[in-house]
Amino acid sequence: MAVISYIDAINLAMKEEMERDDQVIIMGEDVGKRGGVFQATKGLYEEFGGSRVIDTPLAESAIVGVGIGAAMYGMRPIAEMQFSDFMLPAVNQIISEAAKIRYRSNNDWSVPLTIRAPYGGGVHGGLYHSQSMEAIFANVPGLKIVMPSTPYDVKGLLKASIRSNDPVIFYEHKRAYRLIKGEVPDADYTLAIGKASVKREGTDVTVITYGLMVHDALKAADTLKDQGISVHILDLCTVYPLDKQAIIEAAVKTGKVLLLTEDTKEGSVISEVAAIIAENCLFDLDAPIKRLAAPDVPAMPYAGPLEHEFMVQPDQVEAAIRDLAEF
Amino acid sequence: MKNLHHTLGFSDQDVLTMYRYMLVARRVDERLWLLNRAGKIPFVVSCQGQEAAQVGAAFALNREKDYVAPYYRDYAFVLYWGMSIKEMMLNNFAKAEDPNSGGRQMPGHFGSKKLRMLTHSSPVTTQNPHAVGIALAAKLRGDDIVSFVTFGEGSSNQGDFHEAANFASVHKLPVIFLCENNHYAISVGLESQLACAHVSDRASGYGMFGKSFDGNDPLAAYAAVKEAVDRAHRGEGPSLLEANCYRLTPHTSDDNDMTYRTKAEVDEARKHDGVLTFADYLRDLGILTEEKEQEMEAAIRQEIDEATDYAEKAPFAKPESIYRYVYEETD
Repeated sequence: MAVISYIDAINLAMKEEMERDDQVIIMGEDVGKRGGVFQATKGLYEEFGGSRVIDTPLAESAIVGVGIGAAMYGMRPIAEMQFSDFMLPAVNQIISEAAKIRYRSNNDWSVPLTIRAPYGGGVHGGLYHSQSMEAIFANVPGLKIVMPSTPYDVKGLLKASIRSNDPVIFYEHKRAYRLIKGEVPDADYTLAIGKASVKREGTDVTVITYGLMVHDALKAADTLKDQGISVHILDLCTVYPLDKQAIIEAAVKTGKVLLLTEDTKEGSVISEVAAIIAENCLFDLDAPIKRLAAPDVPAMPYAGPLEHEFMVQPDQVEAAIRDLAEF
Repeated sequence: MKNLHHTLGFSDQDVLTMYRYMLVARRVDERLWLLNRAGKIPFVVSCQGQEAAQVGAAFALNREKDYVAPYYRDYAFVLYWGMSIKEMMLNNFAKAEDPNSGGRQMPGHFGSKKLRMLTHSSPVTTQNPHAVGIALAAKLRGDDIVSFVTFGEGSSNQGDFHEAANFASVHKLPVIFLCENNHYAISVGLESQLACAHVSDRASGYGMFGKSFDGNDPLAAYAAVKEAVDRAHRGEGPSLLEANCYRLTPHTSDDNDMTYRTKAEVDEARKHDGVLTFADYLRDLGILTEEKEQEMEAAIRQEIDEATDYAEKAPFAKPESIYRYVYEETD
């Protein structure tokens, strides 16, 4: 099994799906000759040509809207949003159209479209190259939102997204692209969308999170192990629709729950996770549910110290777990 | 009266058929208003004043293979494209058997995969990029089709209109954008919507073919759309057409148009109503005889009566059906 980076897993999943199914096409800004501003589509233009790896005009609503049309014709488009921050012009196409086409046509039409978008901060991206946008779409039935944490999950979930007959938003943490490496089988495999994954078994405190913060939780768990605290980590993998059963099981397992997100706190995905636990696990909890998230300010500032203040830091994660263990 | 249809390749029977579809749409529309005012259906959105442009355009397309994305006023277009009067009534009564959405959507939000007619929503002009995507996919597969989409002049100010037009032109896609300019976006007139004389003037900004025509004349509509179809098949890319129409009814059954325009203005427009002027043309040429006209009216009336009766009695979808088709259902 090869050890590859998070972004190489994205590239590999697309390449394999394009080889497997000639209805898979890629559309977006700079995805062609440039291979994507992050190099996610590197080499695909050369291998599959400009008719399947399409450099579009700079217009996000058209990238998604034209993708929806092509999907209704029977293609499996992958629409790349260069940054999740720039998805907003496409929100009408995503929420009013992609999410509702199966429903409003009474199952006549469907939209097998994957929308890929890099999200997340800690890269000196300032307000508009750092945001986590998942909460905007996380109460829109008809959509699925996938946010993987490891190269293994990336490959399996991106392939599943491309093969899905419903629209999927696939969020990739841009800092994970080259930071996170892991073992990825050469074989073709998919992972089920909508299933959370236990990333570490533990008995004292449960951490539920997704994306890059899974790695903060894993690091904290390693440190705390030496201090006699056993941490259970559930990676949501899909943040909409949520894997309610896995969330309840993970919460009940330790009775002490820390929820982590890089997004601003109010109305975030972990707020919904907290509600699920509150509704289902009251008598199994041994401590109040704890949430660690970004502050409720509009977005992440650019200057180093300000960015640092905005982001949840690994020592805060560790301290929060310790507090819960000692509660 | 000069015969204008023979040079377009139409027989006398063809133009009678054309007229019949215009008349069916008008009579269906009139019936819907009666049903609404009688409290039998909650809402009407009308096609009156746009039938000629719609039927003429539809005649220029290939009903066997082209893809269409009609908007919510396209009753005449959709009737010609293959939807029956009964289905139209089921749609307006929002019954389970409505082939467009099974009663989920408001009336006039058409869609049918069988008819290669994209599902339509209420936020305007979202269908334009979809039509472009259809054309892009067809081009990739080497399918020789055109993708046809309609919208209003108010909608032509939306970002999706511009993004779709530009995309289609950059990629030289076989898309026909037809703006049905009825001069009103609810209450706001053309002078407050556009600073250029014609919606089709915008075509040059996208590097595409543009043309305006008399939306009361189905033959003019046919000729313009046929020209765009021929261009598309020759690989010359998209076209932006504009039908100059007039909305003869209020915006919907919930609107009072006398709060923003005068009866005199509407009465003047009625003199140019395509359903009436095309009938005059056919009468002058002796194609539409009094006998044929009475026969046509009676047959249409009977079909509408039967369709209304059927749709009124048809069941609604079951309440518990709202949970279905959020995602693909497997097993």
